[in-house]
Amino acid sequence: MVPGIIIGVVVVVLAIILWVLYNGLVRLRNQVKNAWAQIDVQLKRRYDLIPNLVETAKGYMKHERETLEAVTNARNLAQQVSSAGAGERAKAEGELSSALSRLLAVVENYPDLKANQNFLALQEELTSTENKISFSRQFYNDSVLRYNNQTQMVPSNIVASMFGFKASEFFEVTLAAEREAPKVSFTQ
Amino acid sequence: MLTIGMGALLILIGYFLGLYFFDSAIAGLFIATLVWAILSLVGYFQGDSILLSMSRAKKIKRDDHPRLYNVVEEMKIASGLEKMPDIYIIDDPALNAFATGRDPNKASVAITSGLLQKLNRDELQGVIAHEISHVKNRDVLLMSMCSILLGTIVILAWYGSRLALFGAMTGGRRSSSRGGGQGNMIILVVSLVFMILAPIMAQLIYFAISRKREYLADASAALYTRYPEGLASALEKLGSSTGQLKSANQATAPMYIVNPFRKKGMKASDLSSTHPPISERIRILRAMAGASFNDYDQAYRQVHRGGRGVIPAAGIAAGAVPLSTIKPEGEAREPNEIQRARETSDVMWRLSNYTTITCDCGAKLRVPPKFKEPQIKCPHCGRTHQV
Repeated sequence: MVPGIIIGVVVVVLAIILWVLYNGLVRLRNQVKNAWAQIDVQLKRRYDLIPNLVETAKGYMKHERETLEAVTNARNLAQQVSSAGAGERAKAEGELSSALSRLLAVVENYPDLKANQNFLALQEELTSTENKISFSRQFYNDSVLRYNNQTQMVPSNIVASMFGFKASEFFEVTLAAEREAPKVSFTQ
Repeated sequence: MLTIGMGALLILIGYFLGLYFFDSAIAGLFIATLVWAILSLVGYFQGDSILLSMSRAKKIKRDDHPRLYNVVEEMKIASGLEKMPDIYIIDDPALNAFATGRDPNKASVAITSGLLQKLNRDELQGVIAHEISHVKNRDVLLMSMCSILLGTIVILAWYGSRLALFGAMTGGRRSSSRGGGQGNMIILVVSLVFMILAPIMAQLIYFAISRKREYLADASAALYTRYPEGLASALEKLGSSTGQLKSANQATAPMYIVNPFRKKGMKASDLSSTHPPISERIRILRAMAGASFNDYDQAYRQVHRGGRGVIPAAGIAAGAVPLSTIKPEGEAREPNEIQRARETSDVMWRLSNYTTITCDCGAKLRVPPKFKEPQIKCPHCGRTHQV
């Protein structure tokens, strides 16, 4: 009788632990998926914004054909590989980001363009979309880190291997230009 | 920890009240719980609409102020908040911002028009990140629970001590009916002293909790933006102004980014403030070597010369988080302060249903909603415009 009760209690406790760990893993995996979807939303938003921006800029920038074309090409390429894995995609998106920042840098030479209301609004949208991309990437990577830690640490790794929770891939930017960040000095 | 302390204080006051008036601690505890439950219910159903309507805040949509909307959305994404909070602008030249919403899915952030025009994009991001952190860390819920606890303690102590004094003056039911043993006298005195001290203690604990949550929100803001300098320089601007927010009150103070009642030259170790001193918050943010909670904790210790950290141990995860130094938008492309002021005042006029007509001579005509004429003449150059 008594051993029966003890075994029963142990089984129930084990089941509860399993239940909690499993649910925790599912929650983290869903968060990773959700975060990935967020990046997608923002990248799509950027694809939609770029043609408008290029169209507006074209009228003012007579001497920047190459810069504009580079942006359009990078956009099309990024859109093409958008169904590929995180690694390849990050590379294409990194190229697009740097093409865009080159474009926004030469805008400085065109005061008329800078005064255009439409362009200013587009630029605000684009700047913000860039930020949103990097913030959603940041959140995605944080989520992946949490999820991967859970799948690798004892005891949840046992549950993870039992139910096939696989570690996720980070979304890393492999571009040299982005890794070598310029030094900012806080002199006030 | 501190919240438990406050709860204990409430239980103690109930205990002493019971001993003093009814000879039974249970009765006192029951009354204390009852008052607390009633206040909690009232607080719960009032909701945060009160705070926003008290502040005369105006809700904005994306088109009203795209930059503010975008910055809030960026921070929503960075914090992993599931729903976009509502955004309000308070028409007040004082510099402040706050967050409400006990439920992270029904949150709001509000910012004064004064602050909105004062901050550049990075600074705005820091401030909004701080406010979103309050929502994400559920500080709104915590602080409203604490203020209800505080309110209960204050009410009980107030009535308790008045009743006791009144009783003592009119011959004292308690002391006469009991024949007064020495031990009883001591309990009575201790209860009375406690009833006087309890509200003060509760207030100090409340302030201490609030300050802790402020540090945590600063740390989270740094983590979300990966750029503590943004918040630091925003705080610098906030600190240089002492304009008080007209619509703030003591109960809502912890939700603001800086204490709305602050005075100049507040001492560094001020115990009676809902917020840590601004200069100290700036020093900590600037001393951060990375953007993680761990870095904030270390910066805090560095500023305080050792001692315990300020971030709860559970929040400190291993792993370095580098600071972001890539700032995609340069100073030159951003609207400067004058442009921001114009932009903000345009928004405020529009939200009050005024129509803005820009005349060819450069003058801006603000047409009130009551204006019925089909045409209006520019007072500057005399051209007529269709309304």
